[in-house]
Amino acid sequence: MNLRIFIPRDAGAIAVGADEVALALQQAAAKRGAAVEIVRTGSRGLYWLEPMLEVSTAKGRLAFGPVPPADVASVLEAMLTDGPHALRLGLTEEIPWLKRQTRLTFARCGIIDPRSVDDYRAHDGYKGLERALTLTSDAILADVTTSGLRGRGGAGFPTGIKWKTVAQTGADQKYIVCNADEGDSGTFADRMIMEGDPFVVIEGMTIAGVAVGATKGYIYIRSEYPHAIEAMNAAIAAAKRAGYLGSSIGGSKHRFDLEVRVGAGAYVCGEETSLLESLEGRRGIVRAKPPLPAHKGLFGKPTVINNVLSFAAIPFILAGGAKAYADFGMGRSRGTMPIQLAGNIKHGGLFEIAFGITLGELVDDIGGGTFTGRPVRAVQVGGPLGAYFPRALFDTPFDYEAFAARDGLIGHGGIVVFDDSVDMAKQARFAMEFCAIESCGKCTPCRIGSTRGVETIDKIRSGERVAENLAVVEDLCNTMKFGSLCALGGFTPYPVMSALKHFREDFGPAPTRLQAAE
Amino acid sequence: MPVYEPWDAKRGAEIIAEHTLLEGATLVILHALQEAFGYVPEPAIPMIASALNLSRAEVHGVFTFYHDFRHKPAGRHVLKLCRAEACQAAGGDALAARAEAKLGVKIGNTTADERVTLEPIYCLGLCATAPSAMLDGRVVGRLDEARIDALVAEAQR
Repeated sequence: MNLRIFIPRDAGAIAVGADEVALALQQAAAKRGAAVEIVRTGSRGLYWLEPMLEVSTAKGRLAFGPVPPADVASVLEAMLTDGPHALRLGLTEEIPWLKRQTRLTFARCGIIDPRSVDDYRAHDGYKGLERALTLTSDAILADVTTSGLRGRGGAGFPTGIKWKTVAQTGADQKYIVCNADEGDSGTFADRMIMEGDPFVVIEGMTIAGVAVGATKGYIYIRSEYPHAIEAMNAAIAAAKRAGYLGSSIGGSKHRFDLEVRVGAGAYVCGEETSLLESLEGRRGIVRAKPPLPAHKGLFGKPTVINNVLSFAAIPFILAGGAKAYADFGMGRSRGTMPIQLAGNIKHGGLFEIAFGITLGELVDDIGGGTFTGRPVRAVQVGGPLGAYFPRALFDTPFDYEAFAARDGLIGHGGIVVFDDSVDMAKQARFAMEFCAIESCGKCTPCRIGSTRGVETIDKIRSGERVAENLAVVEDLCNTMKFGSLCALGGFTPYPVMSALKHFREDFGPAPTRLQAAE
Repeated sequence: MPVYEPWDAKRGAEIIAEHTLLEGATLVILHALQEAFGYVPEPAIPMIASALNLSRAEVHGVFTFYHDFRHKPAGRHVLKLCRAEACQAAGGDALAARAEAKLGVKIGNTTADERVTLEPIYCLGLCATAPSAMLDGRVVGRLDEARIDALVAEAQR
């Protein structure tokens, strides 16, 4: 019998040598005369163990990692003989970091072949759509509402309400748009699911189409994600061949077509109205709301626009899991969140768990602190527009409202860890600089405020009238926060103000040092 | 190393014609032209405008809004270094400075021999294996001094 060996084709695994390992494995198997079938999967999300190899056994999949090409031959030997090996990690499902998670959205990621509809179906794929096709639009919307799902892109708007608005708006054409412009640093969940389980995104979008009466969908993927673009295109072609996209999906009367569109390096296009402009072939300039995209979205038609993770959560919910999904979480944050641990962290990766876990548990227990071994000084939660949290706030539970109450946001669920070598004034400057680079230019607070912000923080860092200039930064932040059209200008103050509030000692020459010098 | 065709108006017109029927085709066409020629040649702008019934100013506006589109060819190799927060936290700043010193150009520029274009990229989504980079479409993570030196040397070949 062929030995089935699984190697990720995830970009994060490829970046640390998964392709070289796959090649070495082929050669090692040929040399030894072993019958080996190599399956390229997504990543399990345990990135410090990548490239991680798994082999199918009677007891389940057995993991080895991180495997450099030089160790491939000995790992293969251990797989064939069930022998010991320094890189042997035991059964994958028993690895504590994975076992502690609640994988609803990422249930299949790293397990199935992301090019195979059959493999997807063999792992409960398309059960949500099959059930949705037996339901009325109202019943589908009721399930989505019951689940308590809120937009996973960052805004946290209830998905059920958004869909209902589109369903109730009459039009000759409606659209489903998937926002896969995952530009936040420290986030990679969209990329992982598109590369590791693209059918779950397709299924979620198809269900949305059936629910609101839309026949056409677009997935807008950033150009920085070539592997995800390739994976989604391959999956769309496979779903079409299998009759899950096209004129009569799953043998029903519903039509749904899907197309990938590629971004062009503009961060602001992750903002939904800017994304719609870009999809229409224009500059990614933010639109004023109202009208909401649900009323007048793509090409002026009613449009459901959701993040990748929101759509990916839908199949589980529609497969009879609405209540079960809602049973996870805390307060108004229901279900699970795929949290991404990144930056200077020992155990970085994808950790899906119910809302409510504290920031400290995530960074210290699960993340294991920094990989440099130095103390954690700050973590940025929610991307470039998210606040920096000091250790003193590590008791904050992962929940939309709890983070907002502490002047932060969970955003798309990325956590970037910094050790004690970080200069927080430099990070605050970067937040302003990034906003200046990426501003679409439509509104003045964002366009001008960010540039003035960089200049003023430079003055502070060089010790020029520190107190007055700090007041200017604060004033600029207020203007940007309340005067910007979208989250780029509106949220850039979060990293800046949090750095100022929690790490004041990093701004300008410390007074004590000044005195000593005098 | 990617191989591009020299600009040819007839070939450009063919590429544009392939996509004109798509909804909101401008970005798709700009991407397709850049994929073929390595940049978006100036004469293509009025051709796109006329094919899509837009003004030249509108197409020029779209072309210049997005960081990806080039108005002239890049160096033979393009090395993109992730400069966003997760890579900064993992020591990316020092590695970026090292690459600049080795190549003798600042980020955003091409070496005088036109071999290497060094560019910033704001997040490759490889934030758990930071710092990361991309050389001509190939991703590399867990960069350290040895790895960045090897990447720079490869780009200079």
